[in-house]
Amino acid sequence: MRNCGHIDPENIKDYITRDGYQALGTVVTELKPIEVIEIIEQSGLRGRGGAGFPTGLKWKFTHQAAGKEKYVVANADEGEPGTSKDRLIMEGDPHSLLEAMAIAGYAIGANTGYIYIRGEYQLAIKRLKIAIAQAKEMGLLGENLFDSGFNFEIKIREGAGAYVCGEETALLKSIEGERGEPQVKPPYPTNEGLWGQPTLINNVETLANIAVIIREGAEWFNEIGTEGCPGTKVFTLSGDVENEGIIELPMGTPLRRIIEGFGGGMVDDKEFKVAQSGGSSGGCMPKELLDTPMDYDSLAEIGMTLGSGALLVMDETHCIVDIAKCLMQFFKHESCGKCVPCREGNKRLYNRLDKISKGEGELEDLERLRDLADTMSKTALCGLGQMAPTSIYTTLKYFKDEYLTHIEDNNCTTGSCRGLVDLEVQDKRGGKDYGNNN
Amino acid sequence: MEIIIDGQKCEAEAGQTVLEAAQQIGIKIPTLCYLKEVNEIGACRICIVEIEGKGYQTACTFPVSEGLRIKTTSPEIRRLRKLNLELILANHPQDCLKCERSTNCELQSLSKELGVEKVRFAQDSGGYKLDQSTPSIVRDYNKCIKCRRCVSVCEKVQGVKALYPNQRSFKAIISPGYKQELKDVSCVLCGQCIHACPVAAIKEKDDTERVWQVLNDENKHVVLQIAPAVRVALGEEFELPPGTPITEKIVTACRRLGFDKIFDTVFSADLTIVEEGHELLARLKNDGPLPLFTSCSPGWIKYIEHFHSDLLDHLSSCKSPQQMFGALAKSYYAETEGIEPENIVVVSIMPCTAKKFEATREEMEVNGNRDIDIVLTTRELARMLRVCGVDLMKLPAGEFDAPLGITTGAGDIFGITGGVMEAALRTVYEEVTENELEKLEFNQVRGFEGVREASIDLAGQEVNVAIINGLGNVDEVLTAIKEGEKEYHFVEVMSCPGGCIGGGGQPIPTTEEIIVQRGKGLYDIDQAKEIRKSHENPIIKEIYKDYLGEIGGQKAHNLLHTTYQERDQY
Repeated sequence: MRNCGHIDPENIKDYITRDGYQALGTVVTELKPIEVIEIIEQSGLRGRGGAGFPTGLKWKFTHQAAGKEKYVVANADEGEPGTSKDRLIMEGDPHSLLEAMAIAGYAIGANTGYIYIRGEYQLAIKRLKIAIAQAKEMGLLGENLFDSGFNFEIKIREGAGAYVCGEETALLKSIEGERGEPQVKPPYPTNEGLWGQPTLINNVETLANIAVIIREGAEWFNEIGTEGCPGTKVFTLSGDVENEGIIELPMGTPLRRIIEGFGGGMVDDKEFKVAQSGGSSGGCMPKELLDTPMDYDSLAEIGMTLGSGALLVMDETHCIVDIAKCLMQFFKHESCGKCVPCREGNKRLYNRLDKISKGEGELEDLERLRDLADTMSKTALCGLGQMAPTSIYTTLKYFKDEYLTHIEDNNCTTGSCRGLVDLEVQDKRGGKDYGNNN
Repeated sequence: MEIIIDGQKCEAEAGQTVLEAAQQIGIKIPTLCYLKEVNEIGACRICIVEIEGKGYQTACTFPVSEGLRIKTTSPEIRRLRKLNLELILANHPQDCLKCERSTNCELQSLSKELGVEKVRFAQDSGGYKLDQSTPSIVRDYNKCIKCRRCVSVCEKVQGVKALYPNQRSFKAIISPGYKQELKDVSCVLCGQCIHACPVAAIKEKDDTERVWQVLNDENKHVVLQIAPAVRVALGEEFELPPGTPITEKIVTACRRLGFDKIFDTVFSADLTIVEEGHELLARLKNDGPLPLFTSCSPGWIKYIEHFHSDLLDHLSSCKSPQQMFGALAKSYYAETEGIEPENIVVVSIMPCTAKKFEATREEMEVNGNRDIDIVLTTRELARMLRVCGVDLMKLPAGEFDAPLGITTGAGDIFGITGGVMEAALRTVYEEVTENELEKLEFNQVRGFEGVREASIDLAGQEVNVAIINGLGNVDEVLTAIKEGEKEYHFVEVMSCPGGCIGGGGQPIPTTEEIIVQRGKGLYDIDQAKEIRKSHENPIIKEIYKDYLGEIGGQKAHNLLHTTYQERDQY
């Protein structure tokens, strides 16, 4: 995000004055594709879309794959609730994405790039279009870039709002004009992607790191962040913190520092209860994990995820059962319906949570939740179904007591589960009390 | 390459899936949504196996690679499979006792295989209206388990693409797009989706009740015709090996059901050859339009009407054997027997669901009399026989009634891909060359490849023929014809793979292997017939002499020919 707020995103010259397109020039005139890939590999950059797959390796696979044509696709679907980092990058620094895509194209041997962008991001779309036109105008996109003989063009495809289209194989199907549904892997997109051809799919934030890595070098990048996860991460901080917003921090910054430092602490000094890291499919982190360094490896070790970098912070007034139920409602809506565990499982998880929230839960339900969540994680076709129950595992692990209070005492201490709250309506006019025991 | 499955070393070939490799060494991994080479999408997750370093993967999609170590069974694998199966069952009506696919249902047998004892989720299915919009096929969305086998068969095997996944999550349904009904889309009603369906979510429209009613009506003279492909398949419904010909037993069984006359569609197949052969020769003589396409397969007719209506004048104007039979039953037969055509009910037993639609086409009537009144599939006939407790194998042999039951072997092979072509060639060859054929079998048009070609020398004129086996192969051939790459004179098209023996109304399962067996049954029947050339059918000669007049003449046209209509694609 180094340029965001410092340049006029609708003026390519601003970007160029801040060393824009220098990396692309160097790459296409001085480096061989494999040398570019080596730099990215050495940088240790990992995919910022959520999975954290080594970017250089992905580039290498696509470079090695044989195909009539190859494609670079920027995943700008950003459907993860509570995440808007890619939006900021595209609205504030669109050329960083275009430059990176062209570099990637050169490295893997592609002449066409697609930006698959969330349809709601109209401002980003507008700015990207302006950026593409300006870059073309200046010969920074199009044919024979820097007289190198390398051609690269970029097309924009707008998504229609399905969460699952952020999953790479579903995203490719959507670009192809088909129903956006995940496909079994293998084959991986690196070998058989868009229209069956080798395709490199990278998240916007991942790509936004490329030009600067080329310019400053892999070593420079290595010095930021942690050993296993070099570089920075853009977090979208939201919820019950004083300052909500988007922040770029070195990988491995502890959660507490993010909330207390950049978030300015909890609103109204209420007690921190839980932070969901990584979006809807992320884990729910309790107080005792506040000092966890926020990077892929540290979080994976404790069964959490960094995901998209979404951080939803909630205070003591929120009910864990209610949170889990809301999340399952989201997944039950967004599952594409192709594979059994996801299509049927999300609905069943929701139903059971709903039952608990109404005071009809039984101890056996917790076992069922675990059993089903585990089956989904192990057998669902794509990341959506596999990750959907993460909140269930993590809340069952760290907040089991709260589930038990709902089940055994028929009590929701926060008052969120309406079915468990005794409401008393006092009719002040007649002075008569009407008990309402629902 | 070598891989290890459940501790056993196993030789596998590149390109194979784990499922296929396991099958080779006798390990049967359970599957549900998998249809070999047609639906390999890993949707049901029942075939999951554990692959070292790769977690749980679907065996039907995972390609083998050197040194792969696979576990196909373990307490955990069994638990995961069972739980996913329970999720499917909880969203599937538990009314096996009342279901027509009971004991012939893949979901039911899978539940048994995986040892499902109870479903730990509340029953939650139903509420969908059935799609009964066509005369042929009923879709029951309540029973659909979203395996998508029908979608893949419709798209990849038949090339029709009438079905899609619609909506999403647990509201997903497999149906025509945009909430349309089957009647609104370019579904050709071939019924191949029925064979693809593991449960009873797709079935034929059951017309047995209508047949019971007319059989019980004393004022009705109910005549039956039985299509050739039925006689080599019905036995499967009564545990006989596929392809066992039981023609004579079927005749007796149907007599017991109360039909007044039992006739044979093979008769009108002979008649079709005589009329269509004449039409071919006329087109060869008068410069077209060529190629001439056969018109016996109603799914194909609907297909060309939807997708290639610019070629409608290439279709033979001959009605199909089913319809020719009906037209003659209510004219020639009615007159000779002195029965009012209004009092005759013609029932057909067909291997086909599209035949039900064909019978309802507005073109298919003469002087206000519908050619055909009711069409039953092979499966529906079996249902009627079961209800009556007919013990098929203990029945004495019966014979078709005269006159519309006197047939030749050429008509029998109408039921198999290439059969219409072969029957036509037997007749056309003798007519043109005026020589008797030494060998009646035209082996060059036999077989089960999707497209077959042959050139036949007809007294100096080279006639190029092609056989299209299954609608999925049509576009390729028609494109070649339109672009002038191929110059055929005569093209046979059968909608269903294998021809009518693989029809959508045949016993379930209908597989490639079973189709081959049924085909053999038909060739055996032909082989054993005394007369094997349609133009030598004595009754047909007589009917032309006494009733129809000229082949291809005015009366024949009125009764035996039809017209076609352009249909929308969407």
